[in-house]
Amino acid sequence: MSNLNHTDWIHERHVLSILPHPDDEAFGFAGTLIRYIEHNVPVTHVCATLGEMGRNMGNPPFANRETLPLIRRKELYQSMLRMGVSRLYLLGRHDKMLEFEDPDEVAEQVKEILEEIQPSIVYTFYPGLGVHQDHDALAWAVVRAVKKLKEELRPRIFCRAVVEEAEAKLGPPHRIHDVSDLLSQKLAVIRAHQSQVHQMFPQFEEQVNDPNSALSLWFSREIFWEYPC
Amino acid sequence: MQPINPSSVQERIDRLANQTVYLHLETTQGVYTARRGEGPVASCYIRNVPIQYERGEIKGEGPFRVGIKLAQGWVYCDGLTDWEADDDDRLLLAGHDREGRLVAALQLSPFPFGTGTKRNESYSTGSTRRHTNE
Repeated sequence: MSNLNHTDWIHERHVLSILPHPDDEAFGFAGTLIRYIEHNVPVTHVCATLGEMGRNMGNPPFANRETLPLIRRKELYQSMLRMGVSRLYLLGRHDKMLEFEDPDEVAEQVKEILEEIQPSIVYTFYPGLGVHQDHDALAWAVVRAVKKLKEELRPRIFCRAVVEEAEAKLGPPHRIHDVSDLLSQKLAVIRAHQSQVHQMFPQFEEQVNDPNSALSLWFSREIFWEYPC
Repeated sequence: MQPINPSSVQERIDRLANQTVYLHLETTQGVYTARRGEGPVASCYIRNVPIQYERGEIKGEGPFRVGIKLAQGWVYCDGLTDWEADDDDRLLLAGHDREGRLVAALQLSPFPFGTGTKRNESYSTGSTRRHTNE
């Protein structure tokens, strides 16, 4: 059972995930989002960029620099359908440039969505521990946006830390979601991102068919720390 | 895209000469490469800089080099392997590594390249999907 970590799957009002790139949701969050949807909790997803600067073009390449964002937008939409996410927002920002934007402008954009959706819980990357500069910049914008809300309207923020030394820095995770029973659904979400997945994991098909492979075990657990706000 | 045919590319470069064109020039090694211990990485990216040129040439046996001579400078890119001329008269040149990942791009267009979507555009997916544990 996935409930051993006290995640309240049933009583959330609305779950909001907010991540910078199409496919970020697939690897570290999809099982968790599907679990909420399984419990009839509505999930809205926010994607900040269309991954315009990605290097993966499909293998053999089927995208080019100009078609990649259009293709990734379709892949993202497919991913939403496969998870059962009810609403998708695009911030319309540019890949890898989030850290160079006016942080307050991005935070205002996020705040607007928070006010519209009024989520009780938000999932994103851990500010400063996201490895990718967009992960960190967006996470800081989320924290900033939440702090702009009146205290009684602030959702809790749960974060995925990507750096290897996360536990040394933050202590044991606050939530460990075992999503091994949702692995086939999660893999379908990952596969929605066709232009990206096979280059990220060259042995993807071989490994995911083996439930004991390192990849399958990694996909089976989604780990989060709460960011105190 | 398809493997570069230098004479077709040359023809396109010539066709875009002596007018304002927008330049996209990029090299990329990816954000995660350095973390995998493959050494320091460098990436550069410039998009939609208006330029005008009289001379531009493609050289090499593949991967190819392109040099464009400006009134007061140069544009240069090496490592180009594939090309595409799309319907809008844009010339797209790219370099891909063995795994098909982009390593370089040089693109010229008579009008600016796209720069993203609207702010806070939202879609209802119409999803009422319920997951059940099979």
